[in-house]
Amino acid sequence: MAASDELTLTGHIQHHLTNARMCNTEDGIAFNKACEDMGFWVWHIDTLAWSIGLGILFLVIFRRAASRADTGVPGKFQCFIEMVVDFVGDNVRDTFHVKSKLIAPLALTIFVWVFLMNLMDLVPVDFLPAFAGWIGETAFGMDPQNVYMKVVPTTDLNMTAALALGVFFLMIGYGIKMKGVGGFIKELTLHPFSSNNMFVQIILIPFNLILELIALVSKPFSLALRLFGNLYAGELIFILIGAIGLMQLPLHFVWAVFHILVIVLQAFVFMMLTIVYLSMAASESH
Amino acid sequence: MNLNMTLIGELIAFIVFVLFCMKFVWPPLNNAIEARQKKIADGLAAGERAEKDLELAQAKIADELNDAKAQASEIIAQAKKRAEETIDDGKKRGEQEREKLIAAGQAEIKAERNRVREELRKQVAVLAVAGAEKIIEREIDKDAHSDIVEKLVAEL
Repeated sequence: MAASDELTLTGHIQHHLTNARMCNTEDGIAFNKACEDMGFWVWHIDTLAWSIGLGILFLVIFRRAASRADTGVPGKFQCFIEMVVDFVGDNVRDTFHVKSKLIAPLALTIFVWVFLMNLMDLVPVDFLPAFAGWIGETAFGMDPQNVYMKVVPTTDLNMTAALALGVFFLMIGYGIKMKGVGGFIKELTLHPFSSNNMFVQIILIPFNLILELIALVSKPFSLALRLFGNLYAGELIFILIGAIGLMQLPLHFVWAVFHILVIVLQAFVFMMLTIVYLSMAASESH
Repeated sequence: MNLNMTLIGELIAFIVFVLFCMKFVWPPLNNAIEARQKKIADGLAAGERAEKDLELAQAKIADELNDAKAQASEIIAQAKKRAEETIDDGKKRGEQEREKLIAAGQAEIKAERNRVREELRKQVAVLAVAGAEKIIEREIDKDAHSDIVEKLVAEL
């Protein structure tokens, strides 16, 4: 444990699960505890830094492969990247039947980016926070207890909600693009209960609207909460295992091996559901 | 776990990443993959075609070889026949020639013999007559007994 001796287990876990915060107060830029009352106007700088860093890593790696791509015999790195691309492309072609330039790159970005962010979960839980604490202490003279560092961006609801929100906007956009505004509203109001009688139909509209709106909104909610919940729980168990002393080693290993599955699976599920939701939004009626 | 500005920041980052991926990452990779797939498919098809061509060529070669063999044996048979014929011809002609030569020779011999015999006969007749003349010069008259001598000569 990197923390000092008087730290309780709860405090240790709490410290691990708190983001590094930054906000703009009247006295200028402030960090962490000073931002507690700022409500919405706070940045989680660790989430932002890690996620954007990993996103850029993803783009750099794939951009390099893309700029080298030709029809000759590919190298191993090239082959690996193209296998990932082909895997995503196959899934998109199988599920999304409307021609679109956006869906496949979107799915690729989600899959690889989420995978990389999830992968940060396999870095030993105390390692990076302790390192950040050490830097904060030696370079800035801060109390290491006041230096926060949460390295897995997908354990931050802001991250997963941002992804889900992006997908949600695309769902609405595709729905309107494919069916027109009228068609989109019709889909929200005339299903699942419909009647040939004008009057009955008008009465049914509010019920339909409530049902369809719930169905629509539940999609991004489930996307965001599924990824967040899985990774947050995994991270919490890593922290708990990390807090029990020497016995943690075999337990940590077993949980890490199991977690590899979760990491890939959650990235895949997020990508797959994104494609499915968008294909549902783009198809004529459901 | 309250939502805050991070959400907006991540949303912007997400949009930027997706746009970058859409512009600079996906199209070249996907094009390269599709082009390579096409190339491989073409190569496989070409290989198959070449194999088929080879098979055809081999069949053609075997056909032509058989033809050539048949032709060769035919030619050989013809040549043998011709040779036999020639030999037979030669033999027959030789035989005829021989017979002709033999016949001619015999005829010549015969004629010569006849001629010689005639001459001999004449000479013998002359000699006989001369001898007889000498022997019986005194006793017989040449003209009276010439018929006897003539008869004698004819008997030779």
